[in-house]
Amino acid sequence: MRLIKTATLAAALALCGGAAHAQEGIDDSTRAPYYDSFKGKKVAYVPVAMGFDLTEGWAAGLKEALEPLGVTFDIRDPNWSTDAGAQAITTLISEKPDVIVVHNPDVQSYARLLKKAEEAGIYVVQVNMRSSYSTDVFVGADYVGMGQQIGERLVEVCSPAKGGSGKVAITQGVLTAAASIYQMQGINNVLSKHPEIQLVSNQAADWDATKAKNIAATVIQQHPDLCAITGFWDVMDVGTAAAIKESGKNVYLLTQGGGNRMVCDGLANGTYSESVVYFVPGQARDMATMIKQLLQLKQPAGTTKTTLFTPLTFLRKDNMTAASCWDMPTKG
Amino acid sequence: MPGMGRLSQEQIVFVLAVGLCAVFAVALPGFLTTNNVLNLVRSVSILGILGVAMGLVVIGRGIDLSLVALMAISVAWTLSLIAGGMPLPQAIAIGLAFSLFIGAVNGWFVAYVEIPAIFATLAMGTLVYGFGRYFLFDLDVVYMPPAGEPLLWIGQGTLMGVPVPIYLFAGVCLAGYLFLRYAKAGRYLRAVGDNMLAARITGVPTRPTIVLQYVLSSLIGYLAGIITAASVASMNTRVAISTYVYDVILVVVLGGIGLSGGKGGIRNVIVGTLLIGVLLNGMTIMDIQYTVQNVIKGAILLTAIVIDTILNPRDEQTAQQGDI
Repeated sequence: MRLIKTATLAAALALCGGAAHAQEGIDDSTRAPYYDSFKGKKVAYVPVAMGFDLTEGWAAGLKEALEPLGVTFDIRDPNWSTDAGAQAITTLISEKPDVIVVHNPDVQSYARLLKKAEEAGIYVVQVNMRSSYSTDVFVGADYVGMGQQIGERLVEVCSPAKGGSGKVAITQGVLTAAASIYQMQGINNVLSKHPEIQLVSNQAADWDATKAKNIAATVIQQHPDLCAITGFWDVMDVGTAAAIKESGKNVYLLTQGGGNRMVCDGLANGTYSESVVYFVPGQARDMATMIKQLLQLKQPAGTTKTTLFTPLTFLRKDNMTAASCWDMPTKG
Repeated sequence: MPGMGRLSQEQIVFVLAVGLCAVFAVALPGFLTTNNVLNLVRSVSILGILGVAMGLVVIGRGIDLSLVALMAISVAWTLSLIAGGMPLPQAIAIGLAFSLFIGAVNGWFVAYVEIPAIFATLAMGTLVYGFGRYFLFDLDVVYMPPAGEPLLWIGQGTLMGVPVPIYLFAGVCLAGYLFLRYAKAGRYLRAVGDNMLAARITGVPTRPTIVLQYVLSSLIGYLAGIITAASVASMNTRVAISTYVYDVILVVVLGGIGLSGGKGGIRNVIVGTLLIGVLLNGMTIMDIQYTVQNVIKGAILLTAIVIDTILNPRDEQTAQQGDI
């Protein structure tokens, strides 16, 4: 009996003590180093230009993820000028931020500068359009794979076996942009195996809707039985869509982009038939995660190379939901 | 035109355009069809309208490098005002007023402050673009909001089978022709361009005439912008920093309006526009790569200029001024 009493008492005491301890809480020993590793760090962002869905979306996502941690986030906007962009990176190399996030206008222009930046000890994260020089991190679409998937879609939609005419056209952006070069490779990989699909036009429209419209209008004129056009950017393909609408023909328009709300609206109202979407908020999150990792691991810049390909969604009117697209962050 | 055997630049370019047309018609099936010709003219009608605006300024011995930037910004602002809930007519009125105001400021700088037109308008173009992007709207490409859809007809509609932009191009050309030929201000404009001092001595109000040139160019530019926006349901403000304004100058100069002022008319603009249109259309049909297209375009333009220089050599009188 006595033994039981003692045991009960001891157990009660132990419980009380434990409870008291639990009230005080246990400190998570990883917190301090986690927050310390971001204090006073600087991240600089050099997009091709601000002011359109992709770059604004990435900036908003990075800001949201990094600034609460005490990281300074700085945007250098070269506004479509490759020279100004190179200048900005050169200046940054001497300013020595901890991370530079770069959106390359083409595969060559920044290659040497990015190497220099890494040599200066700055982590370099490339987003969506990669340079010929691989840096610490690349986050973006697998454009070769994307081109292959697009090629396969074109075959599916236009194959004469399924009643299509087999005639397709491509509207690229700028020929030297990574998005164009790698995708063409992918598309060619597929089309070379499908002689029944005929590529009747392959033109570049400089990411401009008016040029895209004029090209599409001429191509549809020449090939009234054109089955599909695939354009390399939804913003530009507004022009392609206008040309298709004016021609009154039924041409399948397969576009691509960051999945901004305007794409869902366009799919809903029939501007586009289908869009390949690399989800921009997801890419921003990937970049933020990689930046957090780099800053915590503290490896010298350029020692590790990570590629994160963004999952692609083929969005159509019938498979999209309210959550398929994202809204542009409001400035303020 | 000096001597019967000589061809003016306008005629040379016209011959080139017709020649190219003939070659394409034979070599490219489907080039010389009604639909393709309509499509060809439609695709360059905005360029042509801008060419008329630039042409008027150049005939008055000026140049307007802010034309495209002003067009892009004032129309993009109009669209974003409509998107913000402003009634369509009011938004258009505000955009137009902005455009005319900047045009008048341009003219004032050139006529009264006496800054060379090339610098005044170059700076103004940059200023307007920056101002618009920073203060007036956030995005690079401004979309046509649903409330602006009545406008779409201007850029995408057809009337009796002919696209509306072609009518507008024709209308602007006709108005420009009548202005230069019959309006008092139009004749003053040519007089000022030909010889400003002589015009002033004979009592022409030279400074107000110069201001008028730039106001007219901003007016026509705004119209061209509305057609652009209507035709692709969006306004890409990036054209402001592209080389588009040089394409416009090219159309004007290629057609034979000398940069030294006082020479040429609307017909020259039409001829220049047609040559560019034929070239672009033919090369797109042939699916020539974009970069190669630029090479061909440049080569043909140089050819036109070389032929002109050989047939119409410069002399003391024609080469004295205005060669930029």
